[in-house]
Amino acid sequence: MIDNEQVELLLNDVLETHGYDFLEYSHASIKRRITRLYALDSFVSFAEFRYTVKTDKQYFKRFLEEITVNVTEMFRDPSFYKALRNDVLPVLGTYPFIRIWVAGCSTGEEAYSLAILLKELNLLNKSLIYATDINPSVLEKAKKGMFPLNYLKQYSENYLQSGGTKDFSTYYAANYSLAKFDESLSSKMIFSTHNLVSDHSFNEFQLILCRNVLIYFDKDLQHKVFNLFDNSIENLGYLALGSKESLDFWPKAKGYKRIKQEKIWRKL
Amino acid sequence: MEKTVNRTSCTALIIGGSAGSLDVLLEIFPQLSQNLNFPIILVVHRKASNESLLTDLIRNRTSLLVSEAEEKEVLKAGKVFIAPADYHMLIEEDHSISLDYSEKINYSRPSIDVTFQSAAEVFRSGLVCILLSGSNADGVEGLKSVNNFGGRVVIQNPNTAIMPYMPQQAVLQVQPHEVVDGHDMATYINKLNN
Repeated sequence: MIDNEQVELLLNDVLETHGYDFLEYSHASIKRRITRLYALDSFVSFAEFRYTVKTDKQYFKRFLEEITVNVTEMFRDPSFYKALRNDVLPVLGTYPFIRIWVAGCSTGEEAYSLAILLKELNLLNKSLIYATDINPSVLEKAKKGMFPLNYLKQYSENYLQSGGTKDFSTYYAANYSLAKFDESLSSKMIFSTHNLVSDHSFNEFQLILCRNVLIYFDKDLQHKVFNLFDNSIENLGYLALGSKESLDFWPKAKGYKRIKQEKIWRKL
Repeated sequence: MEKTVNRTSCTALIIGGSAGSLDVLLEIFPQLSQNLNFPIILVVHRKASNESLLTDLIRNRTSLLVSEAEEKEVLKAGKVFIAPADYHMLIEEDHSISLDYSEKINYSRPSIDVTFQSAAEVFRSGLVCILLSGSNADGVEGLKSVNNFGGRVVIQNPNTAIMPYMPQQAVLQVQPHEVVDGHDMATYINKLNN
């Protein structure tokens, strides 16, 4: 068992040695991730674990990938994608050029879902999707656009529920156990590392998607990230959060108006 | 340990259930005292969806305040917090709620183990955890943590469970403080009030 003090020691090492700041992450969650990894990799002692994280660059890559949560889905929460399709993207379609930021994109499933929507609305050719994550190794996977074939049945159901009308299988080619998504989708994506904790705004967007990322941050850090998004969204642009996340307690929330039942806000 | 130490007052109650637990829950809630002085957290396996069917069912059967847990919400005595479908739910030191969309545990999200384990360390001897009917072994590891941190482990009598596997595994692997029949669970909970 790892105790609270050890978690703090480890996270301080990670900040000092590797420059990643997890100190403002929700404590219970990050502690659980650390305890899980410690057990998974069968370390004999906390001292050994701490030393390895601090000194072994290769292992730190794994540490970073495992303590951040990289579980994601295509068209997760179909009603959310339905709202994007019907209410948000058609408005963005009136712009000459559409810039979207998927913040915390993990292995890319949301970015590809979004690209499919844009394609079906004939907007993909004038869109750019910036997909960023703290974690370089998940971005490598995202670039490839290959997802486990056994998930595709669920994704296809989600797609249909979200208002999709095409045959979902036209978007990918099955290759052994993987589904490789059409390169026309990824041709409009730019992948880059970006750390929401420490990096600044890098462009202005009409839509920012950041779903199920902020649940891992404490309140203060959430508010810092909302400020970062605020500096990165054009007037009348949109911010989309996860189904259990909210702008409500952020002091500047008054400058945003919620769209219907979904966790989508429009900057006024 | 002395009886008096064992009887530390309850500061939080968590009920975990899976297949077959809904019947028990629907029987428990109408009988609960209106002024419980601890929060009740409910972790129930169910299909991932946006609908708050479970919340509505429970809400209609009690005068206690019932809501699906929001992230960062702080637990309050006399309120019922339901772990949302498709998220794990953890408890922070300051008694606020953290949600987590990490890998399923025991094929389940929310996983009962996850909530039991995180709350065990926070509430220690003030925690009471009840495990109800179910057909997998989620919750068993969590109950072990509850025991280790001095909390109270209560298991539904497997003979009264529609799906006995989960409480059976718990009885076999964890030393429970009490094994309680489904019909007597509400009375048991009301007695935790002090």
